[in-house]
Amino acid sequence: MPEIDIQHINKRFGKIEALHDINIMVEQGEVFGLVGPDGAGKSTLFNILTTLLLPDSGQVDIMGMDVVKDYLQIRQSIGYLPGVFSLYPDLSVQENLAFFATMYKSSVLDNMSLIKPIWKQLLPFKDRPAGKLSGGMKQKLALCCALIHKPKILFLDEPTTGVDPVSRKEFWDILKDIQHKNVTVVVSTPYMDEATRCDRIALIQNGNIIKIDTPNNIISNFRGHLYTVKMDDIFGLMQLMNQFELTCNYYPYGEHFHIAFYDEVEKALPAFERFLQDHGRQYGEIKPITPNIEDCFIELMQMS
Amino acid sequence: MQSIVAKDLTKQFGTFTAVNHINFEVEKGEIFGFLGANGAGKTTAIKMMSGLLLPTSGDALIGGYSIRTESKQIKKHIGYMSQRFSLYNDLTVFENMQLFGTVYGIPPKELKQRINNSLEELMLLDKKNSLVASIPLGWKQKLAFATAILHRPEIVFLDEPTSGVDPIVRREFWKLIYQAAAQGITIFVTTHYMDEAEYCHRISIMSDGCLKLIGTPDELKQQMGVNSIEEVFVKFVNR
Repeated sequence: MPEIDIQHINKRFGKIEALHDINIMVEQGEVFGLVGPDGAGKSTLFNILTTLLLPDSGQVDIMGMDVVKDYLQIRQSIGYLPGVFSLYPDLSVQENLAFFATMYKSSVLDNMSLIKPIWKQLLPFKDRPAGKLSGGMKQKLALCCALIHKPKILFLDEPTTGVDPVSRKEFWDILKDIQHKNVTVVVSTPYMDEATRCDRIALIQNGNIIKIDTPNNIISNFRGHLYTVKMDDIFGLMQLMNQFELTCNYYPYGEHFHIAFYDEVEKALPAFERFLQDHGRQYGEIKPITPNIEDCFIELMQMS
Repeated sequence: MQSIVAKDLTKQFGTFTAVNHINFEVEKGEIFGFLGANGAGKTTAIKMMSGLLLPTSGDALIGGYSIRTESKQIKKHIGYMSQRFSLYNDLTVFENMQLFGTVYGIPPKELKQRINNSLEELMLLDKKNSLVASIPLGWKQKLAFATAILHRPEIVFLDEPTSGVDPIVRREFWKLIYQAAAQGITIFVTTHYMDEAEYCHRISIMSDGCLKLIGTPDELKQQMGVNSIEEVFVKFVNR
């Protein structure tokens, strides 16, 4: 039996179709990622999974329990870190943790082992009001509060949005530790590079799942032949590219220009090189590369 | 010509020094990336440069005006867009632009013309009379940017403008940034996407209130002996 079984979930808000026929199965002990931009429907799905919102139709079982009928039991066994900071800003760090432990009829001491590495970093601030912590520290406290009753499944809605790359990496290391303590983790993110830290991911866009698979499989199913080339004035080249006639998908990628060919590469590659020369562009070596999740997401979005 | 000149710019809150004697210059039409970990002092620095917060010591000239003595002039010459969507959801696209344009004193006839041109460039003309609440997030961000430069400011400050936006719209947004820079608008931008840092002409990295690194993306990569700005950032913050 899957830990989470989502079948044919639909949800609308007035004219807006927030979720359209969502089907996902999450296995026990997985780190499962929901990857997609803001407004894709990630938070709506989280609210349904955590029993805070009723779906219009469809069925969700969490550890064999129904999110509509058995919501009280489900709430006992899940932890939820919402997308907006939801702790008490005028209670201290320590008081917040004690409050959440008590709410779940648990005690801070009983479950300290689960949160110890994170709690250590918070200790110097234990008497500070939660509202006065830095962004990164607030997230760490929220994580402790979501874990203090030893949940079987942990839901995290965009825990790293707006967080700098170093703190993001730290946060993912913590999630991996939690997974090793036998907690199933469902996490959403708008950062494509974080997808590779998940066992499996669902790419979600405009309320639709466009792909569910392991990051490796998604990458190996990339359809185009992807090349990268380093050059100056990439945005200048973008303006010219509509004159290039072969079927391809192209976009800036940092200091590089990515181009995926969908015709025969033997013809497309020299044609592209000729095109660059005809327009008098200076460019580096045109190299084939393995796509990353962002390349895959862009390809899937263009196809859908 | 310099659009921004920061001279020993400093801000203290009590005993805490949020911004510590930072010095830098930004050229007109330059795309300048302002990076740093959370809590490094970026927002405080931007607030001072946009005339919303007085420095404890030091000064900055924004379009030639001093943030100490001429903050009123500065506000006329800059545009600002925050990461949180800053337009009014229950006004239409046109009404939002009209409101901001009027606040900046653009004459009504001229304003109408500019709004139409701007919406045409964004291919949003057919959404002119739609409520902002009803349009997708990516479009909202592009609209917020167009609104922030409607009064043709000399400098525009963009605070994490692409946070949470999909990868295609992120690139479209940068296309708009390049167009604005080509028209001579100076772009001062913060981001947590390291690939976007590469799109900047020059970038700077702040840490603990100090401006520690400044240069073109290539210069910084060479200086740190690495291949990407992501590695520069990680190496630098973990140093």
